[in-house]
Amino acid sequence: MLDIQNLNIWYRGIHAVKGIDVSIDKGEIVTLIGANGAGKSSTIRAIAGLVRGFKGYIGYSRSQGKPVRLNGRQPEEMVKMGIALSPEGRRILPQLTAEENLRLGAYTRDDKEEIARDIDYVYDLFPRLKERRSQKGGTLSGGEQQMLAVGRALMSRPDLLMLDEPSLGLAPMLVGEVFDIIREINRQGKTILLVEQNAFAALKIAHKAYVLEVGTITIQGTGEELLQDPRVKDAYLGG
Amino acid sequence: MKTKIRNGILNLLSLGVLVYFLWWAPGNLDGYKLRIINLIAINAILGLSLNLIYGMTGMFSLGHAGFMAIGAYVSALLILTPEQKVTMWILDPIAPWLLNFHTPFIVSLVLAGLAASFLGWLIALPVLRLGGDYLGIATLGFAEIIRILIVNLTPLTNGSLGLKGIPAHTDLWMSYGCLLVVLLFMIRLMKSNFGNVLRAVRDDEIAAKTMGIDTFQTRVLAFVIGCFGGGVGGALMGNLITTIDPKMFMITQTYSLLMVVVVGGLGSITGSVIGSILVTTLLEWLRFVENPVTIGSFHIPGIPGMRMVIFSVLLIVIIIFRREGIMGTREFSWDWFFPTGAPGEKSETKGVGQ
Repeated sequence: MLDIQNLNIWYRGIHAVKGIDVSIDKGEIVTLIGANGAGKSSTIRAIAGLVRGFKGYIGYSRSQGKPVRLNGRQPEEMVKMGIALSPEGRRILPQLTAEENLRLGAYTRDDKEEIARDIDYVYDLFPRLKERRSQKGGTLSGGEQQMLAVGRALMSRPDLLMLDEPSLGLAPMLVGEVFDIIREINRQGKTILLVEQNAFAALKIAHKAYVLEVGTITIQGTGEELLQDPRVKDAYLGG
Repeated sequence: MKTKIRNGILNLLSLGVLVYFLWWAPGNLDGYKLRIINLIAINAILGLSLNLIYGMTGMFSLGHAGFMAIGAYVSALLILTPEQKVTMWILDPIAPWLLNFHTPFIVSLVLAGLAASFLGWLIALPVLRLGGDYLGIATLGFAEIIRILIVNLTPLTNGSLGLKGIPAHTDLWMSYGCLLVVLLFMIRLMKSNFGNVLRAVRDDEIAAKTMGIDTFQTRVLAFVIGCFGGGVGGALMGNLITTIDPKMFMITQTYSLLMVVVVGGLGSITGSVIGSILVTTLLEWLRFVENPVTIGSFHIPGIPGMRMVIFSVLLIVIIIFRREGIMGTREFSWDWFFPTGAPGEKSETKGVGQ
């Protein structure tokens, strides 16, 4: 579904991503793990069209057929093509209510009844959001905001859902809850690209995983393999 | 439902009070007071249009005087009669094609708005790619360019002599009618999903982009709508004062509008109306400080410009102690007067002409 070849990204003069290859098949959960500054977020932002001036090839095929080159497209085009990003730090609009945030997530669509149905779907996934529907985004707790960010990304009906650090700043119990829901979303047919620092939680649900270290991929394999890999255990899972 | 009916009745009542006041005022107030009441409405229209650009969409624009100038000149040139034009252009003869151009006032008002919008659109394409202070500087420069063009394009604008004898089409009904239309439009706009899109673009551009919003197009659209308001406001102003010249549209004009918006509250429709009432009346009322004062044996001669000093101090006080303005981003609601009224059913209906 997504095919990245030899991706190079420069960020303020720093060579942040140095020629990585990543491939994502339909229906998978793929995760990029690694420490701060390894280039995970840069990669996901490049796919979403938020990074300008990178080199390499990003190809995307929504259904069967020739892949489309994503390089140089605007973020809003990506959303229309079925790629949604839940950005790092959630970026909930503080002045708008939870429901208004969700509605904005469906900005690229104009099928009213389907949008209403999708809002109900998000409320089914995250019952807590339903309770908070008319509360301002800024007054929600961190966990609720993260749920809202994921829900908002789902509102564009993406085929590929990209999540940038969904566990950031969440209590351990909530991390489990959010990741269970991510797995549930995947079961319902969405392909997921997950960028995480919380390697353990991410590897547990991932079909395929890449370890990024200072801009290069050092280890790759299935989630299960990486969980057992001594190098990964040492560096990211605390021995 | 009950609150909806209640708000509807209250809205109608306040509209009735406003209509009665507009009917009562011309016979009972002197021309000076009427002028101020008219100016309140015009400044509110201008403030609202600037608020749409600056407060609601977050584009720091200092070009509003330029758009007002375009509106005022377009409207004036369209409603002046050919005879008036012939006698007025002394330095250079008027451009022949312009001489016989003549339209009714309402048409000229719409065309004034459209002309300002069109120029706004032209400069939006390069300028709105800038952010923050750079945008402010670029729009400021643009407004100055417009003014200088007006001074120098004598066959078109009569240069620095300005235009005189514009029929006084702006009466209370006209200015408050326009204000009402603008208010209803703004309330509708900000309640709609597009209003939320504007807030998204203002508060978090990256979030907006990840939701598929074309942030640049959204900005351009908001800017062009704001410019329309600027053009209409300028046209109303010209038809109120009946004389326009390039000096009217200097940067100070933009600053006083900025004051209306900031004092009232960036992003608040109610705020702009309150800001307009306060700034317009205070600017006039404070004139007394410029009169000579005698306290006992002390005699202080009047100092021209003193009110501006006091005004600056007031503005500084507001910025220090209440940076978000009087209203912040809140809006007027009848619920204020009914603290226990129907919890949960929040109504944001706005009263007209408080």
